[in-house]
Amino acid sequence: MDLASIYRAEYGRCVATLARLLGDINLAEEAVQDAFTTALQKWQTPPANPGAWIVTTARNRALDRLRRESTREARHAQALLLHQPDEPQEVGPVKDDQLRLIFTCCHPALAPDARTALTLRLLGGLEVPEIARAYLIQKATVAQRIVRAKKKIRDAGIPYRVPAEHELPDRLPPVLTVLYLMFNEGYSSTAGPLIRTDLCTEAIRLARELAALMPDEPEVLGLLALLLLTEARRPARLDPTGELVLLTDQDRSLWNRTLIAEGHDLVRRCLRRSRPGPYQIQAAISAVHTDGAATDWRQVLALYDQLLALAPTPVVALNRAVAVAEVHGPAVALAALEDVDLPGYHRLPATRAELLARLGRDAEARAAYDQAMALATNETERSHLQARRTELTRPRGAS
Amino acid sequence: MRQYLLSVHFVEGAPAPSDEEMQTMFRETGRINDEMQATGAWVFGGGLRSPDSATVVRVENGVATMSDGPFAETKEHIAGFWVIRCADLDQALAWAEKCAAACGPVEVRPFDDLSQA
Repeated sequence: MDLASIYRAEYGRCVATLARLLGDINLAEEAVQDAFTTALQKWQTPPANPGAWIVTTARNRALDRLRRESTREARHAQALLLHQPDEPQEVGPVKDDQLRLIFTCCHPALAPDARTALTLRLLGGLEVPEIARAYLIQKATVAQRIVRAKKKIRDAGIPYRVPAEHELPDRLPPVLTVLYLMFNEGYSSTAGPLIRTDLCTEAIRLARELAALMPDEPEVLGLLALLLLTEARRPARLDPTGELVLLTDQDRSLWNRTLIAEGHDLVRRCLRRSRPGPYQIQAAISAVHTDGAATDWRQVLALYDQLLALAPTPVVALNRAVAVAEVHGPAVALAALEDVDLPGYHRLPATRAELLARLGRDAEARAAYDQAMALATNETERSHLQARRTELTRPRGAS
Repeated sequence: MRQYLLSVHFVEGAPAPSDEEMQTMFRETGRINDEMQATGAWVFGGGLRSPDSATVVRVENGVATMSDGPFAETKEHIAGFWVIRCADLDQALAWAEKCAAACGPVEVRPFDDLSQA
């Protein structure tokens, strides 16, 4: 593994651990970045456990740095570091530095936009430009959100600890949102390789920890089920040449049966609790997709109707239109998309292009594909759109 | 320990609370004060007279001038506040929740490090 992949894989874990050791997120980030700089100079080949090396180095570098400084915070952090037992004493139900850090990053006293940006930066190890692309906003805006959030955590004294049992219901929804977004960025990366397995794996790992922590929260189980059922289809998502394969064209024998079984089991557990929420419904939709030899689109559409009533967002409306096309035909779906407004999101023109193509309105479809390609940031997705556009120019029936 | 300012604001032109509501507010506020004192969170607190009783003092070129009325032409004015001492924002927010239930929206603002006892 090269240093860049190690950085990607280990950054979040290392920052989370150092934040516990130092009691300060900014110091933690500086220390971890210092350690990676040292690694760049020292490593001929990476050690067997690069994460542990980084944590130890970061801890030592932080201690050096704190000894040179004499501010109150520095003395406080130094005292914390020196008196830290090797194995952390756990006081709450969260047994994981990263989960603890997620709850801090998703504190309700922070602005919602800032929570996601901060979590992706600190736990996902995403750089500011990557987050900006993921949210279709300016780099400067993202950077500012992160700086402000970290400043508020420090200045206002947002604690770096596990929320108490009774606080969890309030603290949970923002955490779920962030894990969902982290997985999404991994599954449909804004740049570079289409699929960032590390982010997907990390989001699933954290979702599993949450589910173990809160086994009676159906939305936690719903989120985990959704992530597992989506992850299960990943092996079939790209063809051997690296081109994107649409759900309906995927080779179902490549799907991960173990993850599907686990996801279906979770969906059934959710149904028994009959307290539906957006994640559970999306999980149920994924369950329908992965059930049997073909998708029962009527059932999918019924679930999307339910989802749209619960979460009337343009993205849900867009996804629902795909199901509408399968049940009622592309013309009805196209009409359903008329009022959907998602500026800057390539999937809206891409979906319109598919529908127009199916209606034989080739010129309009080509224009919509062009629009989608101009907006798509991922090379694999752009190449997929180009291929679909090229198919249009061939006479129908030819292969 | 950190110190936080919990301030209650009143909006100009908002309907005045009834006597009964005022009584409840005083009773609840008294209860919160007692609890803050009992748990050691209390530093200071009090209610303020209406903003039209305020005077602003300025010194320009060594000369003090005074003007009648509050600082700014805003619709919101501080009606009362607490200064509390606690471990972190979560504890301050828990107090703020009690205060807000008694007196309406509360702004929680940390004191600068330098002014911490």
